[in-house]
Amino acid sequence: MSRDMMGAFELYQPDTVDGAVALLEKFGKDGWALAGGNDSLDWFKDRVKRPKYVVDLAGISTLKGIRESADGGVEIGALTTLTEIERSELIKGRYTVLATAAARVASPQIRNTGTIGGNVCQDARCWYYRYGVDCYRAGGNRCYADTPEGQNREHCLYGADRCVAVSPSDTAPALVVLDAKMLVVGPKGQREVPAEQFFIGPNVDITRMTVLEDGEVLTAIHLPMDWSGARFYFEKVADRNTWDFPLVNIAAAMFVTGDKIDRIRIAAGAVQCVPRRLTAVEAVVTGQPKNAETAGLAGQSAVRGATPLNFNHFKIPLLQNLVTRAIRDA
Amino acid sequence: MADDRDDDRPPFPEPRYDVGPLSKATSRRNFIKGVIASGAAVSSVGYLFTAGCSRSTGSVGGVERMLVLNVNGQMRPVDVLPQETLAMTLRYRLGLTGTKLGCDRGECGACTVLVDDVASYSCSTLTHAVRNRAITTIEGLEGPNGELHVVQQAMIDELGPQCGFCTPGQIMSAVALLKVNPKPTRDEARHAMSGNLCRCGAYDHYLNAVMRAADAGDRLSETRAPV
Repeated sequence: MSRDMMGAFELYQPDTVDGAVALLEKFGKDGWALAGGNDSLDWFKDRVKRPKYVVDLAGISTLKGIRESADGGVEIGALTTLTEIERSELIKGRYTVLATAAARVASPQIRNTGTIGGNVCQDARCWYYRYGVDCYRAGGNRCYADTPEGQNREHCLYGADRCVAVSPSDTAPALVVLDAKMLVVGPKGQREVPAEQFFIGPNVDITRMTVLEDGEVLTAIHLPMDWSGARFYFEKVADRNTWDFPLVNIAAAMFVTGDKIDRIRIAAGAVQCVPRRLTAVEAVVTGQPKNAETAGLAGQSAVRGATPLNFNHFKIPLLQNLVTRAIRDA
Repeated sequence: MADDRDDDRPPFPEPRYDVGPLSKATSRRNFIKGVIASGAAVSSVGYLFTAGCSRSTGSVGGVERMLVLNVNGQMRPVDVLPQETLAMTLRYRLGLTGTKLGCDRGECGACTVLVDDVASYSCSTLTHAVRNRAITTIEGLEGPNGELHVVQQAMIDELGPQCGFCTPGQIMSAVALLKVNPKPTRDEARHAMSGNLCRCGAYDHYLNAVMRAADAGDRLSETRAPV
């Protein structure tokens, strides 16, 4: 069987959020919300996901664009492309960490069509799951990655619960350190979810990676004033510079007075099913001088409690070094 | 550039694969392209699209299959399945086979086209999603008299391609770059071209070509400036 031709589906192109929500609610499990399509179309071509109805959100103009919000922060429409975020003067000036993270996603062409909403809502990249096997995440009752032979070099250090997949997003850790608020619209109305709680692990629901319920759409991401103009750090380590998902990435935001770290938020991606906020590091460095010694301690405290799988021990020193560099170089 | 010229066709310009019968085409390849373009039944279209064709999308709100696509400055009416990618439409409905399909997963760049002057993977774009956008393929780069685009000429001068399969995509990425940044540094060019793989490994030749095209474009605009 060709794995390149997608199965048939009906395509809907609503031009309002309410229209999209109504369609997605009606279609339920048979529906699929489509943004840039870079993740979705792969699923369809592999025939692993076979929705009957696809709702293309790209025609909804209110979901696009970057604007200043009333509280002095910035609101980013969920369908804003990663290229637009990377180039936005507003984001580059005040929330540099997000612009840097967006610029490190995938390849130029993917950033041109890939959206921030799609980037944070993309599904797990575990290759066993992507291959279409009946693993826990796919509704089955075993994990193929966490076995003696399983190839789990890219998998998690923390929070394994049957599934060992990681959060693949580069922008997610940046949104967590900026304390972004995710605006979600669904059949029951609108709600606002802090970025840190937007992502969920397998212990909460093993079949999805975000709090989005059926029929719900992520409409916008609000960046509050709190971390505007902070000192930022973002670094992504991947096997290749283009396309590749992170082996580990790190995002940090901090305010420094004199040489003392007043406030800090720091988060790592690709080490857990959700972007991992490193609260231990935050506790260790807050109020401390920003120097090599503090950075070293921060690195050590970052990796406490890590439980590596067979092939991903290297992620422990990698995470430790990235945290050290983030504290030292931000 | 996109063609392997192994026959006795005249040098560029090639005949354009517009809607309508092809009068000048002599080769088998161009004959087939002409048949596809004129909308007549041809077997390659049949075998590719039978899988989803039987299903009607008549329900209220679903997209109409007939649409008019702005490709290379022409309005092309075409019948497109809801699940059809732009690469499929361009190659198998419109006969624009200069756009290549490598991986069909957004992982190689061979299918790169411009959508409103922005480089995009046509394999990872639904045709219905670009209904009102301007699409430019490698076929749309040639001048009114069939002269090569400055990037195409630079690719020849710098011996850019080896096997040539990734070349149309590489050229489209370079064209997109030069539209927004006519004088890129080598690093900027490398960054802009990073979404296109070349398994021959001719990356440096491609980069040389982009830099040459930037220089040539510069001279071009200088000479044109007084007009």
